Order: sequence, then structure tokens, then C-alpha cells
Amino acid sequence: MLSIGLGHYLTLAAIIFTIGVVGIFLNRKNVIVILMSIELILLAVNINLVAFSIFINDLSGQIFTLFILTVAAAEAAIGLAIIVVYFRNSDTIRVEEIKNLKG
Amino acid sequence: MIAHSVFFYIFSLIAIVSAVMVTVSKNTVHSVFFLILDFISISCLFIMIGAEFLGMIMLIVYVGAVAVLFLFVVMMLNVAEQKGQWFSSRWDGGTHIPVGLLVSLIIFFELIIVIGGWKYKPDLLNSLSINISKEVTNTRSIGNVLYTDYILLFQISGMILLVAMIGAIVLTYRERAGVKRQSYVKQISRERDEGVDLVEAERNKGVKIDA
Repeated sequence: MLSIGLGHYLTLAAIIFTIGVVGIFLNRKNVIVILMSIELILLAVNINLVAFSIFINDLSGQIFTLFILTVAAAEAAIGLAIIVVYFRNSDTIRVEEIKNLKG
Repeated sequence: MIAHSVFFYIFSLIAIVSAVMVTVSKNTVHSVFFLILDFISISCLFIMIGAEFLGMIMLIVYVGAVAVLFLFVVMMLNVAEQKGQWFSSRWDGGTHIPVGLLVSLIIFFELIIVIGGWKYKPDLLNSLSINISKEVTNTRSIGNVLYTDYILLFQISGMILLVAMIGAIVLTYRERAGVKRQSYVKQISRERDEGVDLVEAERNKGVKIDA
């Protein structure tokens, strides 16, 4: 309990990952919160990679975390642009009222 | 060692609570703030276990750029206050909330089972690609590898950022009516004949410009 090992970090990452998934599933507000949940999921992946990298003493995990960071930033920019365009066209980004895609 | 574990529990508790608040809070601006708090505490954890460079980069990229972008969009779209809250808004008898909870619980237990039953593969330690040496700082060792072995991936990630930038601009660009704009093509393709007019000026009369 007192010495922090790899398992602690992996558990933290698992908890944050699950919170992100719950946020995507149960969201009823607006799409921006879904994007934030995706950021949380990517953050959990980053925690996993960095923890493995430190505890196995291998640097590649941190390099890959950098690339994931890049992709996350690009994804946030594109997603927010799509949301802005959608709001301009239909005046709402509430999840309940987005019904163009049936399902 | 004790201090390390105490700080780990403090930061991870803050991270988990703020991650919950991101999804639960009614006001979207508040969720952005909790997202920032989450990123900060996770980057503190990164700095604690010895990935200083990534911790600082997380602060710069996420808190400095992504979260501000989120905040900007939330305020620009004026969607901060939403009437319907999480869970409580118009329960229409749909099944997506219990099913979603069930699926996420299953995901969580799968992850925990994987962690619990996880052991080093015996030959894992032999397949190390890049050792972390204790003498060189974290930033320096990342730089040593990133600009040599991973240079192609580095440039490709630059291309990804470029494409994302162009895509965001193209998506949000719109032509507005009634706004005067510079037209570069028109300006550059002007000939001398349309621009310059040689007039024979008469004495004591001057030239009428707007004729």
C-alpha cells in the first residue's frame, strides 16, 4: 500500500479511462463534454505509457506519449471546428437534439 | 518513500475527482476548469515519477492550448448553461443509461483483471530498445532519441498538426456578404493602363480627377 508500484498507476489510468467512457455514454448535455471525455481517455492512455516506460526503464513509452499528445491536440482542434460549424448551421449542440444520424 | 506515496494518493485523488466532475458538472465552463485541474494533477504525477519533460509538455499543450481552445469554444457558442442536466433531463425510458453503465463497468473490471493478472514476460527485459540512463536528464535523453531514431515519426506528427490546422481553418471559414476585403489577385493583376492616366494639364486650370 505504501510503496507505489506500477499497479497503482495502471489502476489510476483504468479509473480515469472508465470515467471517460462513462462520460461518453451517459452524456446528455452538449458535444463539447464528449470531446472532453475523449481527452480524458487519451490522458489515461498516456498515464499507462509513461508508467510502463518508467517502470520497465525504457524510453520508447515517453516518445509515444509525445505522439499521442500531438494527435490529441489535432483531434481537439478538428472536433471543435466541426462543433462550431454544426452550431452555426443548426443552432444547437445538445446531444438530444442532434438527430441527423438516426440511431 | 512515504512522501512519494502520500503525494501519489493526493494527486490521483484530485485527478479522479476532477475527472468525475468533468462529466457530471452542470456548467460546461466548470467542466473545462475541472479538465484543467485533471491535467495539472496528472502532469504533477508525471514529474514525480521522473518524466519531467512530458509533465511540462502536458502543461503547455493541454492547459495552455487545448483547454483554452475548449474554453474559447464554450464561451463563443454560449452553451455554458444548459437546461437539461446529466441523468435527470427527461428520462424517456430509454435504455442507454443502464446499458452504458453496464458496459463501462465491464470495461473497468476487464482493465483491473488485466492489471491484477499482469506479470513481466520473462524475456521482456531483454527486448529493451532504449534504456533510460540515470546520468542524463530526461529532456536530454528524449531529445537524443527523438531527433535521430524517431525523426520520421516526428516529422509526420508535424504534418498531422499542419493538416489539423488547415482542416480547422477550412471548416470554420465562411464568406460573409457586405464585408470589404482585399483581393490580392485583383491588386496584382492590374495593368499600367488602368492604373495610370497621362493627362495634359492646362495652365491655371488643373486637372479634374473625378471626371
